[in-house]
Amino acid sequence: MTETASEQWPDDIHAALGAAGVRQVAYVPDAGHARLIDLCVGDHAMVTVPLTTEEEGVALLAGAWLGAARGALLMQSSGIGNCVNMFSLARECRFPLLMLVAMRGQWGEFNPWQVPMGQAVPEVLRLCQGLVFDLDRAAMAGETVAAAARMAFEGQAIVAVLISQRLIGAKTFVE
Amino acid sequence: MGEGRGAEYPLHRRAVVARLLGGRDDLLVIAGLGAPAWDVTAAAGDRALTFPLWGAMGGAAMVGLGLALAQPERRVVVVTGDGEMLMGLGALATIAARQPANLAIVVLDNERYGETGMQPTHTAGPTDLAAVAVGAGLPVAIEVFDEADLEAALPRIVAEPGPVFVNIKVRAEALPLVMPQKDGATLKDRFRGALLGARAGE
Repeated sequence: MTETASEQWPDDIHAALGAAGVRQVAYVPDAGHARLIDLCVGDHAMVTVPLTTEEEGVALLAGAWLGAARGALLMQSSGIGNCVNMFSLARECRFPLLMLVAMRGQWGEFNPWQVPMGQAVPEVLRLCQGLVFDLDRAAMAGETVAAAARMAFEGQAIVAVLISQRLIGAKTFVE
Repeated sequence: MGEGRGAEYPLHRRAVVARLLGGRDDLLVIAGLGAPAWDVTAAAGDRALTFPLWGAMGGAAMVGLGLALAQPERRVVVVTGDGEMLMGLGALATIAARQPANLAIVVLDNERYGETGMQPTHTAGPTDLAAVAVGAGLPVAIEVFDEADLEAALPRIVAEPGPVFVNIKVRAEALPLVMPQKDGATLKDRFRGALLGARAGE
């Protein structure tokens, strides 16, 4: 992994979202997604929607799909827990749901309160019949998101890309 | 706390929805789970451009936002209940943050959880949803208590640049169930087919 690659991965994800035709990007702010969110906000082809809680995004993107817009939902791993019942909407109606999840509680986490949900995320997603992609190498970011988007939109499936804390860097309060 | 007020309100929910949707085949309608889904079906039939929720409680307004942002030339009307709206109050702040001009949210507020035994919601107590909407930052928040209020509100729901929020106090009453299609994938596919035509397959 080169220095350049490790800094470029949010740009590669943004490019993959654009290439997949994503036009609505919903998010709860997260340090791990900060650059990607900035790129999406600055992209005039994308409508960005800041949320108060992540399950709003599941409902939002269902409405977007009804209206022919493809979307993506950006969140931290704790947000998966907030979404669980709302996943029923995507599953029962077979709405595509592409989620990019910045992991916490996973790799060198300093805050033990993040660990229970972070550790539960893959199993919770699978219980909700979601497809799970792991992303822990910067060089794989673009192609992983492209593959996930294809399976979400072509298969009308719940798909999550779990962006490893190893890639993002474990959060500290010292910036 | 006035928990008996719901039996006193003069407006009846089915008549309100019939007047709202009557002759407006152009409206894109999202209905919250429970009584609002039965109301829209009783008023306008099992209509392709209505997407009734059978679950996803707290999500109706957000489905409306996603649709309104995707279809800015079309009027989107969310018809939901007080209990459903209370479960997703944050959506009002999110909608205010985007300010879609083509979105209206109509709450049929009977101050009850109708599907679970008519238990009181917080609107039977001190909670005022129109005031919440104002506080969330919505530019248009209207309260409807009677026929005159409704007459004034109806054209604003379907035409005023919004987002428009309308809280309609309706009588707490048990009504016959009038159910729409239940299969979610069918509801989605027929909505997209009616709205998008050949593009629905993309």
